Amino acid sequence: MDLQGFGHLLISGTWITVQLALASLLVGLIFGLAGAAAKLSNNRLARWIATGYTTLVRGLPELLLVLTIYFGGSQLLMWMASWFGYDEYIEIGPFIAGVAALSIAFGAYATEVFRMAMQEIPKGQWESGLAYGMSPARTFFRIILPQVWRLAIPGLGNLFQVLLKDTALVSVVGLNDIMRQAQVAISATKEPFTFFLVAAFIYLMLTAVATGVTMFMERASNPAARGRS
Amino acid sequence: MSWEWDVVFKYFPQLLDGAWLTLELVLVSGLIGFALAVPLALMRASTNGWVRILPFSFIYFFRGTPLLVQIFLVYYGASQFEVIKASFLWPVLKEAYWCAIIAFSLNTAAYSAELFRSAIQAIPTGEIEAAESVGMSKPLMIRRIILPRAFGISLPAYGNEVILMLKGSALASTITLLDLTGMARTIIARTYTPLEMFLAAGLVYLAISALVIALFRFMEYRLNRYQYYNHTDTPKDLDPQLRDPHIDN
Repeated sequence: MDLQGFGHLLISGTWITVQLALASLLVGLIFGLAGAAAKLSNNRLARWIATGYTTLVRGLPELLLVLTIYFGGSQLLMWMASWFGYDEYIEIGPFIAGVAALSIAFGAYATEVFRMAMQEIPKGQWESGLAYGMSPARTFFRIILPQVWRLAIPGLGNLFQVLLKDTALVSVVGLNDIMRQAQVAISATKEPFTFFLVAAFIYLMLTAVATGVTMFMERASNPAARGRS
Repeated sequence: MSWEWDVVFKYFPQLLDGAWLTLELVLVSGLIGFALAVPLALMRASTNGWVRILPFSFIYFFRGTPLLVQIFLVYYGASQFEVIKASFLWPVLKEAYWCAIIAFSLNTAAYSAELFRSAIQAIPTGEIEAAESVGMSKPLMIRRIILPRAFGISLPAYGNEVILMLKGSALASTITLLDLTGMARTIIARTYTPLEMFLAAGLVYLAISALVIALFRFMEYRLNRYQYYNHTDTPKDLDPQLRDPHIDN
């Protein structure tokens, strides 16, 4: 396939896509953990907020989230900043808007994955941690989280695949990712099929790599099953 | 920040027009996708490796690439080939509407084929053996036993797929269609009220997905009724000798 010298453009786009996906994964995991903690807490308000968050976000198209945050985010931020007496213009770039939108979407689904994993952990694990005199936070990070992690990785791996594909949406608001760079190449070469097909294969490659990494992490996080497969 | 409610009310009927197109896209491509998914799933569940390879690569491609790429491949990609432009396909492929339908149908066919495949493989072997032992032919068995059973098993997951398709249909707005998202974007370009209009559109999406969820709950209740079946209590005055100690207490 002749890329007519646009290969480097696609590679730079791939790099942006990877950065966007990893940044959204990181922030999204934090949202997911916080959401799951809120859903399982004894505080009714926290549970209520978390349930509202997951129901709302899981029913909205990701594209709508991206567009809302990109076009309405600065308006919203400036409004909130004005409470604190800050009146300068705030602009949200496509990358930040993309990370915000994708991590909010990822976090909503991850909340459910973490919640189910946390419920699998026997209560005795908590109690034994506390019995040793660990604080609840330390018990969570030392005892519970490593076990939750093992149970959550397959589900999170699937979600990351979805996230990786959703990064393409951010090209709609002008981020120079794979899709955008393919469009740039197309406007010069007039070969839409070729370049979108190449873009499709780059995404296939990325999802294949993500699957491989997920499988590796699944094995690494589960020493007990390592001998089996 | 000034919140302009009157703009939302003024343009709400237009948003609902967009919502109709969204519903139409989901319904039409959902039906086509379903019709494609059933044979794909049957082929995919085959024990013959050569039969499996075509559905496998189809499913792998459509599940591994973003829907946006698939839409652009159909809508913009088709125009690269003079052969297509000269052929009878062009009147269809130059319409954004049909391109969206094609891309959504193929996409949902791939996802639902995978769901149906796992459902087919989840049917208890005893049921298949029972069908064989009463002398059913393969096509009859597929029609009477395998497909109804697989559909019942996959129904909850299929409901999720329909919700995902509803959310994916927002991408129709990227190829100039005025679906719910497209309509909101057009109105925003005119009025510059992004937060208000996107919020209104989001509420309509939420209402539609609530409707879809309710529909699937109902269908699940009807199709998998045996799971919800409660046996009627034995009459109190029944002869104690006839009582079954395993059922009554």
